[in-house]
Amino acid sequence: MTGMLTVDKPSVSRPSALVSGRRHLGLVAALVLLAVVGVATKADTFATTSNIIGILALASTIGVITVGMTFVIIGGGIDLSVGSVMALASVWATTVATQEYGPWVMCLCAILVGTISGAVSGLLIAYGRMVPFIATLAMMVAASGLAQRLSDRRTQLVKPGNSAIVDLSSQRFLGLPLLVYIFAAVVAAGWILLNRTTFGRRTFAVGGNPEAARLAGIDVRRHTVMLYALSGLCCGIAAIIIMARTTTGSSTHGSLYELDAIAAVIIGGTLLSGGKGTIVGSILGLLVFTVITNLFILNGLDTSDQLIAKGLIIVAAVLLQQRSNR
Amino acid sequence: MQDELDPLLVMRGIVKEFPGVRALDGVDLEVVPGEVHCLLGQNGAGKSTLIKTLAGVHQPDEGTISFGGAEIRSAHPTAAIGAGIATMYQELDLVEGLSVADNIFLGHERARFGFTRRRDAHRAATELLGGLGHGEIHPGAEVGRLPPAGRQVVSMARALSRQARLIVMDEPSAALAHDEVDNLFRVIGELTAKGVAVVYISHRLEEIRRVGDRITVLKDGRTVGANLDARTTPTSELVALMTGREVDDVFPDRPSAGSHDAEPVRLSVQGLSDRDHFRDVSFEVRAGEIVGLAGLVGSGRSEVLEAVFGARSAAGRVEVDGVVLRGGPPRAVRLGVGFAPEERKAQALLLDQSVTANITLGALPRYSRFGWLDRSREARDARRRIADLDLRPADPQRPIRTLSGGNQQKAVIARWLLDDGLRLLLLDEPTRGVDIGARAELYTVVRRLADSGVAVLLVSSEVPEVLGLADRVLVMREGRVVHAAPARDLSEHQVIDMIMEGSAL
Repeated sequence: MTGMLTVDKPSVSRPSALVSGRRHLGLVAALVLLAVVGVATKADTFATTSNIIGILALASTIGVITVGMTFVIIGGGIDLSVGSVMALASVWATTVATQEYGPWVMCLCAILVGTISGAVSGLLIAYGRMVPFIATLAMMVAASGLAQRLSDRRTQLVKPGNSAIVDLSSQRFLGLPLLVYIFAAVVAAGWILLNRTTFGRRTFAVGGNPEAARLAGIDVRRHTVMLYALSGLCCGIAAIIIMARTTTGSSTHGSLYELDAIAAVIIGGTLLSGGKGTIVGSILGLLVFTVITNLFILNGLDTSDQLIAKGLIIVAAVLLQQRSNR
Repeated sequence: MQDELDPLLVMRGIVKEFPGVRALDGVDLEVVPGEVHCLLGQNGAGKSTLIKTLAGVHQPDEGTISFGGAEIRSAHPTAAIGAGIATMYQELDLVEGLSVADNIFLGHERARFGFTRRRDAHRAATELLGGLGHGEIHPGAEVGRLPPAGRQVVSMARALSRQARLIVMDEPSAALAHDEVDNLFRVIGELTAKGVAVVYISHRLEEIRRVGDRITVLKDGRTVGANLDARTTPTSELVALMTGREVDDVFPDRPSAGSHDAEPVRLSVQGLSDRDHFRDVSFEVRAGEIVGLAGLVGSGRSEVLEAVFGARSAAGRVEVDGVVLRGGPPRAVRLGVGFAPEERKAQALLLDQSVTANITLGALPRYSRFGWLDRSREARDARRRIADLDLRPADPQRPIRTLSGGNQQKAVIARWLLDDGLRLLLLDEPTRGVDIGARAELYTVVRRLADSGVAVLLVSSEVPEVLGLADRVLVMREGRVVHAAPARDLSEHQVIDMIMEGSAL
């Protein structure tokens, strides 16, 4: 056997549980640091149960969307429509006609509207051969317009008879609002789907090398549709959460959520070009964002400074990742 | 005579490591002005890494480079170009959407105060192209619309536009027809007469004999032969240096003639045509048979393979075991067809993923129960195939990008062996980038598969490979099958004649 066959060093970059844990070390450190800052500046309000619950409740809406976004981005795409699809789902679920059927049908309606919107984007991308950026941009604009038309640009209240939805926010189990459990369940389901199923494996393949996936017999187009439908499904679930938290459905919900979700995914270490990424990273990235928002509010600082801080964090996170990838 | 000149380029003890591979392990290279210095070596010997180091793309980990008497310390493409080193890469580095002139002057645009001077650039480009004997290429034409040979000319014009003292040409003749190769050699002659040095990389020994002055041979990242005369060094010596051993018996034994005649027809192709690449192609492959498609690049052989797999739409009829194949790759895979495509990295591998994930990619349904991935079974099967094919290192979790070309290819083939239901294996250039030792192993694997009843359809640009491995050979020319015969009845010479006869060559 010639020398080329055996590679000299037996194990250089072998991924193990240790390394994958270490992968998120920076984000965990950032969270700890932010917590220290929080305790140092506002000890009386930051480290309280109600504040931490507030952070989790705040994170849960975009958090659910972030899970779907992680799948889409690992699969080599992008979904700009998440914010307005969530708004559309919340509006559709709170129309007078839908509300007559009760809270379950409202939830089902939100989920269906989200999933179908996502599937339409996916169909345009997979079979219409549109660039994901363009197709979901079109969906973002159109869904927003449809939400305005359905609601007549009015905020629609969840009727008292359907307060079961609002209970998700007000009722608690073991001290935490129910919607935090929904968030946790979506994250857990997303992790399993990405890491333990053929769907997840195919997502990595489709994003990492679509041609190789196709020639390995994977139906890349069908999978792409499913990815965007999944993202839409997450938007539907997020719509339920936002209805619970605000007791309303409105076309103004979810404004700029797409940017927060994409930023969280990128900070979490997922490659924007696809093929590589983790759910845990995305969620940690989102928590970093949410805690910063919380700290700024607690300290009475201006929201414009908050945006500057977020921008800097995105840049710092990506620079650090590029270095560690080298 | 050349030894009396001061060397233009001296590379000493160059070492370059990538994660998992020591690509260069102490290379020496010395080039004098006005010579054509040929670099010989098998795929993976380190030629490409060496020229990229020279071009400033890679910074060497150890060793010194001096050019024109001055040592080059920090590697950077701009610095290399500034010093007078121009490189024509094998994978052409042209911007397809830009015009011919824009490409030629990319990075050193003809401009004043930031405004490009189009007319000036066009005139200079026309001059350069004319000097290359290709005055017919319009400087305003879009490069993406040029044929491969035209792009090669543009790439060369770009190198010339830099006033380089050393031009590195990586397989410049690969995309060229015969008369164009003559033209290339004429240009090289003019350059060297002016004192420009050329580093010439080619696999075609006859070209090296015609155009070269001296040869340096690389093997496994080391210089194993230097200062060899390009015209007089015997081929056997060069091959021995490149391979480190005598080349014989790399092909496994073939079953006797006609032994497949009684076997059932596995693949039947009738009247396969598409618009541009092939016309009215018909043939059969029986169980246990290896059929080779020989032909030039562009003769339609790879396209036929893709059409059989359903990855390319075509008119005609493809049947596997009597079942009509329709519905693209997913359906083909379900019917037991496997495909190892030509461009391993671009078309077959997930470079960021583990060996296991790459092997099981084509057979995921096998490991899923209601979508749930049975990872222990997956790992067990992957380990078994790794052992079967002697894939090294035998570490299922290792990222596939750290493996050598031969082992990556084994992983691609292993992908189709997980399922015992493999009936037809399509191999496109299975040994590209694979060194000789690993080739012999791959050949054995393919023959073993055939012996177990799999039908194999093989495409290769290397005629000896087709003749050595296949039972039957189909010769393709300009999209048609022009000859079919048992491999044992054909000589390399005959096949090459048929491949080229009547074409523009």
